[in-house]
Amino acid sequence: MIDEAIRILTFQAGFNSAVVVAGTAALGLAGGTVGTFLLLRRRALVSDALSHATLPGIAVAFLIGAALGLPGRSLPLLLAGAVASGVLGLLTVQWLVRQTRLTEDSAIGAVLSVFFGLGIVLLSLIQTLELGGQAGLKTFILGQTAAMAQGEAIAIGLLAAGAAATVALLFKELRALAFDPGFAAVQGWPVARLDLALMGLATLVTVIGLQTVGLILVVALLIIPPAAARFWTDRLSVLTIAAAAIGALSGWLGATLSALLPKLPAGAVIVLVAGAIFLVSFLFAPARGLLAVGLRNGRLRLSFAERRALAGLLAGRPVDGPLAWWLGARGFLRDGRLTPRGEVAAKAAERNRRLWDRFLADYPALVPAHANWGVDPIDEVLPGDMVRLLEERALP
Amino acid sequence: MQYLWRTPGSHTLPEEASPIGPAPLSVRDLTVAYHRKPVLWNVDYTAPNGGLIAVVGPNGAGKSTLIKACLGLVPRVSGTVEVFGQPVAKQRRLIGYVPQRESVDWDFPVSALDVVAMGRYGKIGWFRPVSRAHKEAALHALERVGMADFARRQIGQLSGGQQQRVFLARALAQEAQLYFMDEPFAGVDAATERAVLQVLRDLDAAGRTVICVHHDLQTVAEYFDHVLLMNTRVVAHGPVARTLTPELLGRTYGGQPLPLPVRETAAP
Amino acid sequence: MTLSAQEFLQIDFPALLAAVLACAACALVGNFLVLRRQGMMGDAVSHAVLPGIVAGFLIAGTRETMPMMVGALAAAALSGVLIEAVRRLGRLESGAAMGVVFTVMFAAGVVMIEQAAARGVDLDADCVLYGQLETILWLAPTGWGSLLDPAAWAAMPREVVTLAAVFVLCVALVVLFRKELTITTFDPALASTLGIPAGLFHYGVVLLVAATAIAAFEAVGSILVIAMLIAPPAAARLLTDRLGVQLVLSVALGVLAAVAGYGAAAFGPLLLGGEHSLSAAGMIAVASGLILALAALFGPTHGVLGRRRALGRLRGAGAVAAEGRSS
Repeated sequence: MIDEAIRILTFQAGFNSAVVVAGTAALGLAGGTVGTFLLLRRRALVSDALSHATLPGIAVAFLIGAALGLPGRSLPLLLAGAVASGVLGLLTVQWLVRQTRLTEDSAIGAVLSVFFGLGIVLLSLIQTLELGGQAGLKTFILGQTAAMAQGEAIAIGLLAAGAAATVALLFKELRALAFDPGFAAVQGWPVARLDLALMGLATLVTVIGLQTVGLILVVALLIIPPAAARFWTDRLSVLTIAAAAIGALSGWLGATLSALLPKLPAGAVIVLVAGAIFLVSFLFAPARGLLAVGLRNGRLRLSFAERRALAGLLAGRPVDGPLAWWLGARGFLRDGRLTPRGEVAAKAAERNRRLWDRFLADYPALVPAHANWGVDPIDEVLPGDMVRLLEERALP
Repeated sequence: MQYLWRTPGSHTLPEEASPIGPAPLSVRDLTVAYHRKPVLWNVDYTAPNGGLIAVVGPNGAGKSTLIKACLGLVPRVSGTVEVFGQPVAKQRRLIGYVPQRESVDWDFPVSALDVVAMGRYGKIGWFRPVSRAHKEAALHALERVGMADFARRQIGQLSGGQQQRVFLARALAQEAQLYFMDEPFAGVDAATERAVLQVLRDLDAAGRTVICVHHDLQTVAEYFDHVLLMNTRVVAHGPVARTLTPELLGRTYGGQPLPLPVRETAAP
Repeated sequence: MTLSAQEFLQIDFPALLAAVLACAACALVGNFLVLRRQGMMGDAVSHAVLPGIVAGFLIAGTRETMPMMVGALAAAALSGVLIEAVRRLGRLESGAAMGVVFTVMFAAGVVMIEQAAARGVDLDADCVLYGQLETILWLAPTGWGSLLDPAAWAAMPREVVTLAAVFVLCVALVVLFRKELTITTFDPALASTLGIPAGLFHYGVVLLVAATAIAAFEAVGSILVIAMLIAPPAAARLLTDRLGVQLVLSVALGVLAAVAGYGAAAFGPLLLGGEHSLSAAGMIAVASGLILALAALFGPTHGVLGRRRALGRLRGAGAVAAEGRSS
């Protein structure tokens, strides 16, 4: 089992499985890159409407194919139908938001459920017509990598790589769009066309992801990788690369797992892998992860409390409770009185507070954004000559 | 049954005539931080009993945050807020609030009267419908701001100034002792400005305390008795005449009234 | 084509009743999602309950409704808490937070279903997605007279009884807490300063939506639930400016969609000469979509065409005034 896993992961389990795994990884990579900008444009869930809206198009395309006498299911035709009705769904969302008082969430919810409902009606119609070959249609709903033929996997990989490359080429423009669309428009960027390009890329990723991941879960490829990457960095270029990497990793591991366990639907496995990466990022990423932020906030609170308690002790106000225990553990307090070390710390804290106060009073416009002002030692944040100047003014 | 949440307790109000009761608002060592950046820093402030108080400072100085922290709407890093000598959570019925106009969805399917009646919910309590008496009180509040004719209008059909007056009427309907108002004069027409001012003066005459975030330096002295100058920390507070000096304003708005230290080596 | 009273009452009537009750309950609670701009919460919750349903089924080992309901409700509550946690603690916009949580939970549910299948138990994702409206049968009636027979009503299928109870619960809660639901939706900050727990009402609405959705799933499937939570309230929103009217109207539109959709699915093909009926849940969703589209186009004050006409009149008046000045 483990040998098998390693062989698939390293693309040595036969050409077919290698192509499927590589194709799925490329899909994840494209989802991460395109999704980054969807996330920043606050459009994450629009792609959910898009993916659900593909179903009626697939069904209609199947009916047309049957009417034209095409054998079985013709994939290009089905995907063309998916694109057509997906785009129609997107346009409907946009029309509802622009032309009526409905908000985007309602428009998305209405479009995705009504279009999907129509798709279900058409599927039930196809079932009654007994055309043959309709069994494959349902794989679009939950996805199936096992069904992927070699040629299809190669096509998916190439298209996904193309989508990612387009994002790389348009990076500067998309960054302007994501950061401040109003400003970008004033600067002469073609904002409407960029938005269109972004939605076009989202449509591409969705449609080529239909077969692998299924239309219910394909939205996860666009949302989870950038959301997970967000915890690791505040820089857009790093964010995009991290999202692409997380997406590719999810696709790669997910496709491998589902090759090992062919009973499990591939889409669900890929999404669970991505979800696991998200969870790890959410909890443990050093930049914005829960643990890191919690520790930072806790330290901030503790420093505030400690500084206040020390200043109080210096002024003769006693401290009790857990704070007294903490000061004791730090060696600042013994038998309710400041130790010599504590006295030094209290005086330093008091000086720090006064200098910060003076600084905020005299130069409010110069306050550095990155510092925990008032808590961080002022000598480490401000240049020495500024500190000396403040000392002259603040300390008697 | 009244809305008592988290801290049930009696509402204590000092004898109205007493000149030295607990202050309407007393803030001690209040620090609020959004993520890493402190927005309020060691704020100490005690509001005088009765009177109109303006909170003045540049954008991003934490004026709205101060009000929200006083109302318990944003978490505090440190500090205490007392209203008439008791923690703010116990004194909700004594507090009225006028948020910024942008804070709600004006497309919401309610009429002006419905919105004003919301100010009475604290007095109505769970399960009971809005009675005729409360509706009349709401209508009366609308009259006081000159909006009685618009009572049945959907709020989205009102102009910005009219919407502001509806919010003000809602605060009046709360019949509070201490009012917090977030920029009630922002972006309103002349008629609304007069109406708001009249309401403030009525409240003042009735012995209420009103704390207003205010952005227009031109009118502070004309409209208000007291001023709290702040920029993340409290710069100064007191009667307008003594506090609204060029020197203190300069320090509030960070117009660099003091020379920056110059590195000797950097000078040519 | 002929349809005997007995056939109609045994096959179509209970299904129709279930659809009507499900649509009415969903439409009523959906109003608060639409007004809170949390329309996608219905979507998120109805996907996220899948692992709960499967877990309830696997733990209890039966297809009884109760364990599945309990599991689903637990999963819904978990998803609500997780979405809020990811949104607040992770500082992600709510759409992305929902997208992450519901796709992962749904994927977990799909994998769990396969595990169940491996153990030789048949539980189908399809029935959660599309429901099984067509399998709700009321065997008691023999003719129209049975509608007056209490004994026959007592034999009403369990799904219908559950849905009726949920509908009554929704109406009762909305009536009882109308004030608080309104203020916490419109201005949560003011609600908090008045001592009304706005956060609790947020979770309360999510849980009520979840309970309604779960009760409706079995009968009509998750897709129809999402459509019913959004489309009728959204349509009502375009037709009125009064909350009370909106609440009643949305229920009425939901019922209309249920009747029209069911009728089209069950009898449409027969009228056109086909033999089989179409997916009723899908057709009801389509009907609700048509109602929304009509409201968006032809709504008197907020419809697109109505607004355009009003604008045209305004322009016309302007032109007349301009002419008046120039002459």
